[in-house]
Amino acid sequence: METALEDRTDALFHALADRTRRDILRRSLVREYSITALAGFYDMSFAAVQKHVAVLERAGLLVKRRRGREALTHGRVETVRSAATLLNELEELWRGRIGRIDDLLARDD
Amino acid sequence: MPVKYVSHDLETLTLTITAEFAAPVQRIWDLYADPRQLEKVWGPPSHPATFVAHRLEVGAKTTYYMTSPEGEKYHGYWVLTQIDEPNGFEFEDGFADAEFNPNTNMPVSKNVYRFESIASGTRATYISTYATQEALEQVLAMGVVEGATSAINQIDDFISH
Repeated sequence: METALEDRTDALFHALADRTRRDILRRSLVREYSITALAGFYDMSFAAVQKHVAVLERAGLLVKRRRGREALTHGRVETVRSAATLLNELEELWRGRIGRIDDLLARDD
Repeated sequence: MPVKYVSHDLETLTLTITAEFAAPVQRIWDLYADPRQLEKVWGPPSHPATFVAHRLEVGAKTTYYMTSPEGEKYHGYWVLTQIDEPNGFEFEDGFADAEFNPNTNMPVSKNVYRFESIASGTRATYISTYATQEALEQVLAMGVVEGATSAINQIDDFISH
């Protein structure tokens, strides 16, 4: 592997090795959050949350954009999961639904 | 297993699933027409769905939310675009705020559901098309993504490249 790729892998694994950072990432994949809003979810200081966000940003998992005086974070879906992985997960969700329909119909008898 | 056929189209982000159920077409239609039955099957056990408004009529807006194990609510809505009782219906599925106002930053997915009569009951075909990976990601966040899932998938992807 090239050094640049190795460095990127290190940054990624480091970023994902922490439970709070995984939670920040999960939330930021769904919608944009300010760091103040994220800090409200955890029992830690604004500065500590800001550091976590910076780690995720360096790993390419989060991007920040400014809105007035606020910085809003958003997860970078492409870094996290490929389209193929997303469709696989959607299939699982659908298989679950179809299984539940089948169970519900079985109770008709 | 009732699932008979699955197709993924990576170009158009479309998932097609065909399933066969041992019940007549009208029974399947009734399940989708009744919000109390629909919410029993829509959300995974970890993220139960609650349908607030639901009528299978062209132009009608369905409103629903799903509740995460942490108690967070994800709101969504459908707009019914085609109805052919009991053979199927089409709708757009989008995200909403807590008052069910559509979130216009997020693209909607297009959904086609078809039910046809076969000897053993009903063949159901479900086609869901997403405009972007972000839209698909948000759907999955409502019920599939666990804290570590993203990390594990990322590692898989990384190794396979």
